[in-house]
Amino acid sequence: MDALPANATRFLADAEALAAQIPDGAQIALPPDYSLPAMAVVRALVRRRAKRLRLLGVPVLGMCADLLIGAGCVAEVETSAVSLGEAGLAPRFTEAAEKGELALREATCPMIHSGLQAAEKGVPFMPLRGVLGSDLVAQRSDWKVIDNPMENRGQTTISQKSWSDPDFSDPIILAPAISPDVALFHARWADRAGNVWLGRRRELATIAHAAKAAFVSYESMREGDMLEDEILAPGVLGSVYVSALAPAPRGAWPLGVADEYPIDDAHLMAYAKAAKTREGFRRYLDEWVLTPEKNFSPA
Amino acid sequence: MGPYAREELLAGVIARLIGDAAHVAVGAASPIPATACALLAARGDKLRVSLLHKRKGNPFSEGSRELFDLAGQGRIDVFFLGGAQIDGEANVNLVRAEGRRFPGSFGSAFMYFAARRTILFREEHSRRVLVPKVEFVSAPGSSPPGVWRRGGPQALLTGKALFAWQPGRRRFRLESVHPGSSLEEVRDCTGFEFDCGPTVAATAPPSAAELELLRGPVARAIAPNYPAFAAKVWLSRSPPSAASA
Repeated sequence: MDALPANATRFLADAEALAAQIPDGAQIALPPDYSLPAMAVVRALVRRRAKRLRLLGVPVLGMCADLLIGAGCVAEVETSAVSLGEAGLAPRFTEAAEKGELALREATCPMIHSGLQAAEKGVPFMPLRGVLGSDLVAQRSDWKVIDNPMENRGQTTISQKSWSDPDFSDPIILAPAISPDVALFHARWADRAGNVWLGRRRELATIAHAAKAAFVSYESMREGDMLEDEILAPGVLGSVYVSALAPAPRGAWPLGVADEYPIDDAHLMAYAKAAKTREGFRRYLDEWVLTPEKNFSPA
Repeated sequence: MGPYAREELLAGVIARLIGDAAHVAVGAASPIPATACALLAARGDKLRVSLLHKRKGNPFSEGSRELFDLAGQGRIDVFFLGGAQIDGEANVNLVRAEGRRFPGSFGSAFMYFAARRTILFREEHSRRVLVPKVEFVSAPGSSPPGVWRRGGPQALLTGKALFAWQPGRRRFRLESVHPGSSLEEVRDCTGFEFDCGPTVAATAPPSAAELELLRGPVARAIAPNYPAFAAKVWLSRSPPSAASA
C-alpha cells in the first residue's frame, strides 16, 4: 500500500471547515450511530452539496448515512448493514437500494474490521474464518480464497476456483486491506497537541490508523497533553493520525456522547417517520440541516 | 394463551435452550433473548452475558471488533440470529426478500460459524419468513466437510413453535407447539418441509417461580436497555417495583 502521512494536525474553525476538506468522490469511513458519529460535519457536507461520496460503514451505518444518501451526496455504500436501530429501517437507504440508485458493496462486520486491521499493519490482506458459503463471497470479487498455507506448506495459490473446490484442504478467506480516503468521526475531547480522546470506541482509532486522512470534530478542548496522562492515554488517538480538528459542541446530536448527552430517541423516531417519503425528508432537511442556525439541539 | 405474556413464554424457552452455556452474546434489537439471559442470571446461574448495545457501558474496550475476535477464539457459546427469511436448511437471509431491502448481513456470515451454538429466533411465523429456499444466503446453515466451522444452528424458535436442528439430516424437527397454536396451523404457516414425530408436545409455559422472577428482578434489569419493551410486557401487568411483595 501507499505510504500514509505522519500528520501535523491542523486546527480548523468549525464543522463547515472540516466538511470543506472532504472532496467529492472521496471514500469516507463512518462509525455506527452508537460510536461517536460526526453529525455536525455530516450536516455541513449536505449543506456544501457534497457529491459522489463513497461510504464505508465500520462495520454498520445509521442516520449519518441515511441523511447523506437522502440528500443525494452518495454514489456507493460498502457496509454490513444500514439501520436506525430501535427506530427501524433507514428509510432513505432502503428506498435508494430498492430502486437500484446506489452501488452496493455488501459485507459482513468482521471482513470490514479485518480489512482495516490489514491497512493498520501496512500488509495487503488479513485472513478470516467463516464467511465461506455466504452469497456475499460470490458478489465480492475482491475477497479471495486460498488454501491455508500453514496446513499445506508451499501449495498456496490465490484461486479462481470456487471455495468449495475439493482440491482445497482448508480454504480460508482473505479480506483485502482497506485504506479509506477519509476517516470522519467525533471525539469527546481534543488537546492542543492534536490528540483526541475516544474512550472505549477503539474502532475509531482503527479507522484513523487505516485511513489516508482523519477529520475529527470534538465536544471540548482539554488543557494539557492527554498522552502525558496515564489514565486518559489508553482512550487517546494520537495526533500523528489526525489530519485536522474542529470544535463542534453537541456535534454528535441527535446521537449521543457517553456521559455527555444521550441519544435523542424522540428526534430519531421523528426523523424515521419524516424520512419515509421524499417530501418528508426534504422538510426535515429544511428544518434541521439546511438552516445553519437551527443546526443543533434545542436542549 | 394463559396468564402470562407471549414474550414471557418465549424468554422461558430461550432460557432452557441456553442451558449450561458459559457465555452468551446478545445483539441490538433482541429484548426477548436478553430477557432469557436475565432470567437465568436471576435464577443464580453462572452465566456471562455480553449485551452488545447496552446504552451505558458494554463488555468491550477494544471497539466493535472485539466481539468477533472473541467469537473467533471460541469464547462465545451462544449467539442469536434472526432473518428476513430462514429456510429449511437453516440458511439465513438478512439482505433482501420479495423486492424489499433489509438492513444487511451484519456479522452473521462469521458468527454463525464461530459461535458454538446459534439460536435462530424470529417471532413472525409465516410462509413469507419460513421459506423453502432463501433468496440470498447471508449465512449458511451448514458447511461441507473440510470447511472450518466451530458451530451452527441449535434450534429455531418462532411465535408459534420450537424446531430443533438435526445436523446429520440437515433438517428441522418440530419439537413443540406453543399453547394457542396447533400442528395444523404450524404446517400451514411454514414454507419448508420439516420432520415431525407421531405426537407433538405443547411448549412448556413459564413456571410460577419463573414468572415471579420475570416480573421482578428480570423486568428491572431489562427496562433500562429496552424501555419500550419492558413497558409493553410488564407495566400493564404487575409493576416491577411491586413484584417482590
